[in-house]
Amino acid sequence: MSLITAFFAVVRRDLILAFRRRAEIANPVFFFILVVTLFPLGVGANTKLLQAMAPGVIWVSALLAVMLSLDSLFRSDFDDGSLEQMLLSSHPLTILVLGKIIAHWLVTGLPLLIIAPLLAVFLGLPEQALGTLLITLVLATPVLSLIGSIGVSLTVGLRRGGMILSLLVLPLYVPVLIFASNAVEMAGNGQTVDAQINILIAILLMSVVLAPLPAASALKMSVS
Amino acid sequence: MSIVPAPILRFYHRMASPPHFYSFTDKLLPWLIAIFLLLLAYGLYAGLYLAPTDYQQGDSYRIIYLHVPAAWMSLFIYVIMAMAGAISLIWRMKIAEVVMISSAPIGASFTFVALVTGSLWGKPMWGTWWVWDARLTSELILLFLYLGVISLYGAIEDKRTAARAVAILALVGVVNIPIIHYSVQWWNTLHQGPTVSKMDKPSIHVDMLIPLLVMAVAFKFYYAIAMLQTAKVEILKREQNTQWVKKLLEAKT
Repeated sequence: MSLITAFFAVVRRDLILAFRRRAEIANPVFFFILVVTLFPLGVGANTKLLQAMAPGVIWVSALLAVMLSLDSLFRSDFDDGSLEQMLLSSHPLTILVLGKIIAHWLVTGLPLLIIAPLLAVFLGLPEQALGTLLITLVLATPVLSLIGSIGVSLTVGLRRGGMILSLLVLPLYVPVLIFASNAVEMAGNGQTVDAQINILIAILLMSVVLAPLPAASALKMSVS
Repeated sequence: MSIVPAPILRFYHRMASPPHFYSFTDKLLPWLIAIFLLLLAYGLYAGLYLAPTDYQQGDSYRIIYLHVPAAWMSLFIYVIMAMAGAISLIWRMKIAEVVMISSAPIGASFTFVALVTGSLWGKPMWGTWWVWDARLTSELILLFLYLGVISLYGAIEDKRTAARAVAILALVGVVNIPIIHYSVQWWNTLHQGPTVSKMDKPSIHVDMLIPLLVMAVAFKFYYAIAMLQTAKVEILKREQNTQWVKKLLEAKT
């Protein structure tokens, strides 16, 4: 089996597994909607305030939703031993891990993308910012899955890894949050956001290349 | 046929063995403590007494002699940790693992000291305890990175596996620190007006600078002392079933 077919086999397998447990796909989306709903209840329904907070609220909620879904990335494979088989296969683990991350993003990141414009309307985000919101989500949610894969592969062998996972992953999410929410905010004010978008593209490319390496070596550590 | 001279290389290899490391640090520590106390005494005296009063900030600027060295140390120790982590991943050197693990709590403490002194300094200068200033914010995130390292090490039971995990995390962190730092700076310049820019560094007078540098060196020595003490305990814990530790204990009792 060539590397390309192995890669697509991993993606395909994870997608099939995910579609057999559809409830798990819906969970991050519901969580996303719920957290966004909590903000108006917490800070009051002042339209101006909500509008000013909208980029940050949407982005923080998306970040938390992705982080909570990270556990499913390697958990079942770790439990049933298929992760060990992946380690034993003749293909480089980094590529197979990348396949798993892409499948994870298709299942958790992409649904957020579909639901985000609706929430933006809830919070009164200006219409001219909607396009930018979608672009930042397309560019940056894969980064969340990629960086998160490092944290989750470090903690997959632990029984109570959840809290530690958030401590490991959230500080690393800071740059993504800053550039993405800032881009949406500036687009809402009618300013150009090329710089932020370019930086997000750079972060995405860098993490596609670099993140699978520590994730793979951490998986080897977790399984041994 | 190496570029490094043979005696240094031999010293390096000998230091990789825990008993040698242990007895060597035993001899080294009194010297380190003596130098540290001298530097600290001079640095504090010069900083708190000899250095001139700042014409703008009065005497309250003197907290700089704790704040700035602590902030420098917080980054310095993270880099040391990542380097030790790389060494332990590549050569599986036990001592490097021990150095890395022993550095983490010390680095976290320095980060905490830098945050507390920064906020104490902020009260008279900015009028509030906390400002979302770029440097303070990235220091806070650095503290979280340290806490992640410490709690990950604590959560994995097999300590050699834990050291590998921490090494990977420290390397990931060290790649991310500059990115986080500059993104926080970008964020700060966009969100905040001129409240912070009055803190733009004025060029510092040489009478103020020398105590600052002395204190920075003193903090480095303090780090070496604290790290080696922690490392000694960690080595004893890891090697408790070996012959040399048993002999050591018999000699002590």
